[in-house]
Amino acid sequence: MYKYLLCWRYLRARWIALASVVSVTLGVATMIVVNAVMSGFQHEMHMRLKGILGDVIIEARSFDGLPDPDAHLEQIRRQVGQELASATVSVHVPAMLSFQVAGRWITRPVTLIGIDPATCAQTCRFAEYLQHPANRRRVSFRLHEGGYFVRDPEGGPKAGLRRGMELAGWPWRRYRARQQLLAPTPEPEPGDQSSQPQKQLQDGRDLKPVEISAMQLATWGTSAQVALQVYETLLEQLSYEVVESRITEEGGLELLVGPRQEAAAASPEDPFAAAAPQQSDFDPAREQHTGCILGMAIASIRRSDGSEDFLLLPGDDVKLTLPTAGTPPKAVTETFTVVDFYFSKMSEYDSNFVFVPIDKLQQLRGMIDPQSGVRFVSSIQLKLKDPARAQWVRDRLRQVFPARFYVVQTWRDRQGPLLAAVQMETAILNVLLFLIIAVAGFGILAIFFMIVVEKTRDIGILKALGAHSTGILGAFLGYGMALGAVGAGVGLALGLLLVWKLNQVADALGQLTGHRVFDPAIYYFYEIPTRVEPATVAWIVLGALAIAVLASVWPACRAARLRVVETLRYE
Amino acid sequence: MKHPEKQPLLKAQNLHKAYRRGAHRVEVLQGASLCVHPGEFVAVMGQSGSGKSTLLHLLGTLDVPDKGEIYFQGHRVDGLNSRARDRLRNQSIGLVFQFYHLLPELTLLENVLCPLMIRYGYWAYRWRRRQLEQRARELLAQLGLDHRLHHRPQELSGGELQRGAIARALVTEPQLLLADEPTGNLDAQTGQEILRLLSCLHRQQGLTIVMVTHDPQVAAVADRVLQLAQGVLNPLDQKVLWRAAG
Repeated sequence: MYKYLLCWRYLRARWIALASVVSVTLGVATMIVVNAVMSGFQHEMHMRLKGILGDVIIEARSFDGLPDPDAHLEQIRRQVGQELASATVSVHVPAMLSFQVAGRWITRPVTLIGIDPATCAQTCRFAEYLQHPANRRRVSFRLHEGGYFVRDPEGGPKAGLRRGMELAGWPWRRYRARQQLLAPTPEPEPGDQSSQPQKQLQDGRDLKPVEISAMQLATWGTSAQVALQVYETLLEQLSYEVVESRITEEGGLELLVGPRQEAAAASPEDPFAAAAPQQSDFDPAREQHTGCILGMAIASIRRSDGSEDFLLLPGDDVKLTLPTAGTPPKAVTETFTVVDFYFSKMSEYDSNFVFVPIDKLQQLRGMIDPQSGVRFVSSIQLKLKDPARAQWVRDRLRQVFPARFYVVQTWRDRQGPLLAAVQMETAILNVLLFLIIAVAGFGILAIFFMIVVEKTRDIGILKALGAHSTGILGAFLGYGMALGAVGAGVGLALGLLLVWKLNQVADALGQLTGHRVFDPAIYYFYEIPTRVEPATVAWIVLGALAIAVLASVWPACRAARLRVVETLRYE
Repeated sequence: MKHPEKQPLLKAQNLHKAYRRGAHRVEVLQGASLCVHPGEFVAVMGQSGSGKSTLLHLLGTLDVPDKGEIYFQGHRVDGLNSRARDRLRNQSIGLVFQFYHLLPELTLLENVLCPLMIRYGYWAYRWRRRQLEQRARELLAQLGLDHRLHHRPQELSGGELQRGAIARALVTEPQLLLADEPTGNLDAQTGQEILRLLSCLHRQQGLTIVMVTHDPQVAAVADRVLQLAQGVLNPLDQKVLWRAAG
């Protein structure tokens, strides 16, 4: 009984000991916050990654794709039919997106994805990230009359205004059509040059830097060398050429492209003029080209207050230049009408992906065998009834589809390096933070020793009154545990409070320092995502408790071993 | 007050104890023997450093002799293991020190209850709590400390502290009370008060007391006085004592 009373009294009387657990408190609070944020980010990232990925992905090794997806699906159903919820096919291909802003052509490398609107929405989270409510319910490549989201519906109260989005749809298209009739291609203003940072060669050609990250290449499933070849072919068709190329250390590609020398001399006008289809009877105010869904970051410029300006709106036309199937690939150019935006808040995706109907893409690329009508696709995505079975399904399918021709992966395998990197980051952070708590443990150790020295006489008295060594040991271990419990408990409360009010805290810090802690312009989230996992929190608290107890073992043993006579002899 | 027919409560034979102080080996006790019968009040007198406290620690089973035997109620106790000695000390022996040695974090009442808390486990104590507290309160009231129950030791005077310490020693209803210079740290008047209290307890309740002191005046309260010199105990003539006490 005296143990508990003493623990309690010591806890209340010794403020210095409580000071020693402040570090435990801070450590626990920090670990909880960091884990919640990391877990929040990870969760958000998983959601985004799943935007274009099913649970299991079967891809062709060949750039031309795999033939006859229906036969493949039949095969898959035979193997893992009981696990399968839905499946969809897609075509992935690198392409060039060109569009006009204020009379100037802007060209960007993108990943063009042909999707089947009906099955894609069932298999991936694709539809959730579209910006028209009707498209979320049912994906369509038709332009809508209006009603596009003027603010990010998932953004909460902080979501910024999307300037111009209220016009998007047919009204915008009609307006643009009228404008284009009045002034077909306005001359670029001389002052406009400065707004576009471009290098110039000595011969006066404009050069444009193009960067393709390693991740982007990974989504295409090609190496930098192959991508370079593809670009060279593509650009040749556009009378452009790669002036400089460099493969970065991460495996990405950096290009400097410009008009071909002779082309620049011969035809300084729009390189797309020749490629543009001559459709005299096409009325842009009433009709649309084949629809395409753009990653929103391609078309928008985000400000740091969270609002956005748009280079393009649903209703605008864009040109896509893509390589055909076959060897060597040839470039084809087609005009599409932007019908919606894809906004997953995963900037790699939002700034890269352009979605078009798969039929159109297969047709453009020549992925339909003219004799048999067999279609080719790049990948087959499977959604499983139980996502946890993905590995089993993968292994089963690997037996059927030989690795020489097919890549069968779970979505985690597919995003392996990225997920592993995040996991690694979390692990390292946790180790570092736990070391902080361990340091706190040494603080407890030191202060405990001090307390034992200070309490030597009291320990002697207790023993003189008949307390056994194990009792003294228990009392001091209990005291250590109580300190740890107070530290971890306060840390837990503080951590959860911080997680709960994290965004307010970040805002307050931002105002205090004048430096935004969380800039929505960078992250695409309006708020810091957090996710408290009870198991993680429990581990953190238990770990802190264990460290406090461990730190008190040595001093407690010392207290227990003290000899009564020596403690009482001198005053 | 002799009880020759009774078995001695405490008997020590030929106790030896040496300490190592640096390179020197100090022979503190060299064959001290002692016999205390129930109801006796024995004082042990000796110069400072003569080994009085060491003797008391040996008698109180706080330490073990190098040589010699100690019997408590006829049972040999110096060879017992530490747990058995702890139990004996807790149940049968009360200890009073020169510097009171109350725990500063606990109130007076809690200090007095401390040996009982040590004796019983958590639930056993909770079960008897009312009864035990009642006993401690009564004891404190008897010693005139009923108005100080919830005071911390630092709020009490020296005399009150020593009375509290005596209450703590008696709350377990021990057969033997060992007092180590109980008046050593008190002024003369308070010291007298404590001595009166001890002799009163001895006379009224028949408590067996062994007290060590260097002061002949203090020792004079006892029935029997022993002199500790050169590591052995010798009876001291009362007359010598009276003379020494003046």
